[in-house]
This record gives sequence, structure tokens and C-alpha cells, in this order.
Amino acid sequence: MAETQAPPPLPPASRLTYDYVTRTIARTLGNPTRGYFLLLGAAVALLTVGIITLLFLIRYGLGLAGYSHPVYWAVFITCFVFWVGIAHSGTLISAILFLFRSAWRTAVYRTAEAMTVFAVMTAGLFPLIHIGRQWYFYWLIPYPNERGLWPNFKSPLIWDEFAIGTYFTVSTVFLIMGLIPDIAAVRDLATGWRKKLYAITALGWTGANEQWRHYTRGYLYLAALATPLVLSVHSVVSWDFAMAIVPGWHATLFAPYFVAGAIYSGCGMVITLLTPIRKLFQLEEVITVHHFENLAKLCLLTGSIVSFSYLTENFVAWFSGNPAERAAFWYRAFGPYWWASWTMNICNGLLPWLLWSKKVRTNITALFVISIFVNIGMWFERYVIIVVSLAGEPYTTWTNAVYNPTWADWGIMAGSFGWFFMWFLLFVKNFPAVAISEVKEVLAAPMRQKARAGVQHT
Amino acid sequence: MTTHLRLPLPKPLQDIIHPPPTPGVLGVFSYLDTTVDAIKKLRAAGHTDFTVYSPVPRHEIEDALGQAVSPVRMFTLIGGIAGCAIGAWLTLWMSYDWPIVVGGKPVGSVPPYVVIMFEMTILFGALSTILGILFNAAFAARRLGTVQYDERFTNDRFGIFVPAGSDKVSPVEKLLRDAGAEEVRRG
Repeated sequence: MAETQAPPPLPPASRLTYDYVTRTIARTLGNPTRGYFLLLGAAVALLTVGIITLLFLIRYGLGLAGYSHPVYWAVFITCFVFWVGIAHSGTLISAILFLFRSAWRTAVYRTAEAMTVFAVMTAGLFPLIHIGRQWYFYWLIPYPNERGLWPNFKSPLIWDEFAIGTYFTVSTVFLIMGLIPDIAAVRDLATGWRKKLYAITALGWTGANEQWRHYTRGYLYLAALATPLVLSVHSVVSWDFAMAIVPGWHATLFAPYFVAGAIYSGCGMVITLLTPIRKLFQLEEVITVHHFENLAKLCLLTGSIVSFSYLTENFVAWFSGNPAERAAFWYRAFGPYWWASWTMNICNGLLPWLLWSKKVRTNITALFVISIFVNIGMWFERYVIIVVSLAGEPYTTWTNAVYNPTWADWGIMAGSFGWFFMWFLLFVKNFPAVAISEVKEVLAAPMRQKARAGVQHT
Repeated sequence: MTTHLRLPLPKPLQDIIHPPPTPGVLGVFSYLDTTVDAIKKLRAAGHTDFTVYSPVPRHEIEDALGQAVSPVRMFTLIGGIAGCAIGAWLTLWMSYDWPIVVGGKPVGSVPPYVVIMFEMTILFGALSTILGILFNAAFAARRLGTVQYDERFTNDRFGIFVPAGSDKVSPVEKLLRDAGAEEVRRG
């Protein structure tokens, strides 16, 4: 991109103009640096580990993974729930905060929304890997077949398939819809093959009043549809567990508990992703400390709901007087997996309390470190709920085995991180990682009469 | 003058996506208030089918244009209702097509099916909203013909294109200049 070679000097925030925003964000699409290639190479290397592990699993079967009776939902399902959870904050920021008219979301929502799409793409792989015979995946789909069989719509697993399928489709079209005006903006600056790519993907966008009229209305409805969808998806995921009678799973608390946890982990991941992007692409002017502070506040809110859910869960286990439930929670805290439970409690229960301090919330290094522990804590939360509840289930005490993941579990999990980061890195280098038109929307519009410049719709 | 990059398309698509050019005048504006002023003056002068370009959606422009609410909402509503109905049909019909009776409970039990109906409502509502946006925008473009465009309109300039035959060009040019257009050109 010829015009974007030399970075413009940084003006003070009050002088952020439309032109400055377009060029600053379009600059992220310039020639990749060595650092970018190193990151992409690392992601592809991790993905290769995953692919090789998957080939072994296909050749020798799921026995390579650490499954042992009664733990047949293990690391793969843990990773599935983890990645679906990561996805949620993207939709929260892009849809729910859009409906709330939060102006600060504009700088960070594109990254979050892209993260949503790639996280759901990653999550979707795990049930397929978990079914063992991936070539029969289409049995999940209700299609007319010679056996006359249909899926059992009373099963939460089928609800989940519909929820994840819908979530993936809707979040993808939502991302693409938001991208169109921005792709048009970079199309009008680009040269060479990028110009062709953006001319096709901008779908003829010109910013004409007839386009904005239908677009803004449609975008509002997409946001309004995505809002209940995002709350439903993790509720449905939680019902995969809550509908079963395993102690530790069978709780009405699960839906809100999972949704809050999902948004907590997702906000953590947004901070993890934004910190390096902001540095690499020199977006300090557009993505400010204020944005990080707001993300941290979201973490604090949802993290507190999660901590409260832990307390409620344990209280209800004790208060119900149900011996199976009590045993399950005792096993969780003091059984062979105590380390997983306490990692979860510390990372999700205690760590968010640091965010009460404004000093911590406005320190990006501190937030980055906390966000990584949030990710670790939320992965362990799912591990504790899924694996530890199954391992400690009281119905088959004679078969209880201490479950340990094997290299096959870790290989697939590493591959999933590679897959996610590969798509994410490719996306931020090829499409605007910050919403150009929406960032401009919250700026003061250029006015000839300076006196009127103070009266703004934001 | 910069032109929009064109992709060669088969004949019927070419006609829909790249309709024939419309003669008229294009004004380029640097400021929002001058653009709004020009819109008001154009409407007062009796122009109705002009196109306003802006890098961001602004309520000032919408208000000055006095546009009706976009019909996209009907697409969303109909898509959502259709999705809900399809969800209900899918679950109930398939349950009765191969009944699996468990514990003497009803074959078609609605509460669990609400989840599927809900997801289908969202899915069809969202997809039909997208179709609504694309269909309405393409329909408007077809009606207005290929109008002049400038690459600065996605960056930091506002623009107004007024369709006008050669006899009406001069008054429109004057109107746009008086309103504060920094650049006016014929096409």
C-alpha cells in the first residue's frame, strides 16, 4: 500500500481526524514484519503438532487419549467449552455493548468479533475429534437417510449442535457485515492485488445514503439477534452437563454461571490479544488505556459473578444435605485433583479482586499478566467441572480411576491454539483489525462552524 | 478523477450490479454541516433522488434527508417467524416420523424443542436480515443507476451526487458551491 508506508506523526487525541484514523488503521495492513512472521510460524508449528496428533488418533483410535472409566469426557470437551467461552466476550462487546451505545467498544470490537469467529471455529473441531470417527460427523445433521432415523431432539447434545452452528453462522455474518464499510475504506487506499481483494469483498460499498440506511438498520437487528443468541449458546453448552445427573453437574445454576465465566474468560483473551497487537501495529492512539480499563472492569464484574457462583455451588452442596453432592464437592477441593480446583479458585476467585485497584486496571503489563492467568484459570474451571466431577462420581466407585491426560490430549490442545492464532494473525494482517468507520463515528464530525462542533451525537 | 474498480461480470449480473451511468453533478464536501445544508437546499429546490455519501452514518444526514425507516425490519421479522416455525416443524415432525417412546412420555414434547426453535429463529432471522440489506441496497443502486463516486468518500469527505440532464446542470452546480462544496464536477 503505497500511501501507508510512512507512519504519520501522532497528533494529540483532540486532533484525531477521519483521515488520521483511516490511515493509522490501514497501516496495519502494510508489509508484515519479521516479528509477525515469527508469531505466524509459531502458530503454524503448533497447528502441525495438532495435525500429526490427530493423524495418530485416526490411525490408532481414541485409546491414545487418556480416557479411563468413567472419565469419557475429558480434555477435548474441556477445550471445547473453553474455546466456546472465549468466543462469548466478542459478541458481548460487538452486540450487547452496541445496543447499550457504549462508545468505547468501537476501538476494540473488531478484534473481539474476529476472536469470536475463530474461537468458535476452534471449538467446533473438538466434538468432531472427540467422536473418534470423524468421517461420520454428518450423522449429527438431521438429513433424510435410508434408515429413516432422525437425531433425538430431546438430547442436549443436539441442542448444542444447533446452538454452536447458529452461533458460528451468525457471528461470521455479523463480522463480515461490520467489515464491509471498512474494507471499502482500505480498498480506496490500496494498490495491486489488495485492491482487487478488497474490491470483491467490499461488495460495492460506497457509503451512499441508501446503503447506510439499510445497513445501520440491519446491523441493529443483527445485534439484537446476536444478544439473546450469545446468552443462549453458553447456557445450552452448560445444559450438556446440567441435564445429566452427575453430582457437580446437575444444577440449575449452570446457565448463568457458564455465561458469566465465558465472558470473563473472553475478556481475558481480548486483553491477551490486544496488548501485542496494539504494540505491533502502533495503535496506541486508537486503543487507549481507557479501553483496557473498561475491559478490566468487565473482567471484574464477570469474575465476581463467577466467584459468587463458586460460593453458591459449594453452599448448595452443603445445604442440600445430599450426600452425593457433598462428596463430589469434597472430592473436588481435597481429592486427587485438589491442585486443579485451587488453580481455578485462585485464578478466578481471588485474582479479579486485584482489578478493584485503578492502578492495576490502568497498567497494561499487569493486565496482560492477569489476563493470562484468567485464561489458565478458566481452562481449569472446565477441567474441574468436567473431569473431576466424572472422576469422583459416586455411582461406580469400583471403577474409579485417576484420570491423567496423555500426549495425545496435549497435542490436540496445542494444535487448537495454533489453529486459533494462525487464523487470527492472518485476519489482522489482511483485514482492518480496528473498525474504521465506527471509530470515526465516535469522533467529533468535521464542522465548518466551530461553535457547533460541541454538539455531537456519539 | 478516480473511478471505482470494476470487475467483469456475466451479462445479467452486470446489469444488476453495474447499471448504466446516470448523468449529473457530484459535489465533494469537507464538513458535515455544509453537507447537511446542501441537502436541505436541494430538497427545497425540489430534488429527491440525489445520493449522499458519507464515511460514517450520521443522524444529521438521515434527518436532513427525511428517509423512511428501512424495510429491512420486515425481512428480520419474517425470517425470524419462519425460522421458529421451521424449528417447530423439524422437531415435531421428525419425532413422530420415528417415535422413540421413553418412559411413556409424549413423543413430541415441546419444552426441549423450544431450544431448537429459538436457535432457528435467530439463524433465519439473521440470515434474512443480511439478505434484506443486500437486496434493498442492490435495488436502490439499480434504481439510481451508476452514479459518480470519489474514493475520498470512505475516508474523510462527504459527497452529494445530483442526477441532472445537461440543461439543469448549472443551477445544481451553483447550489452545491453556495452550500460549501470544495469541489464540484460533472459526469
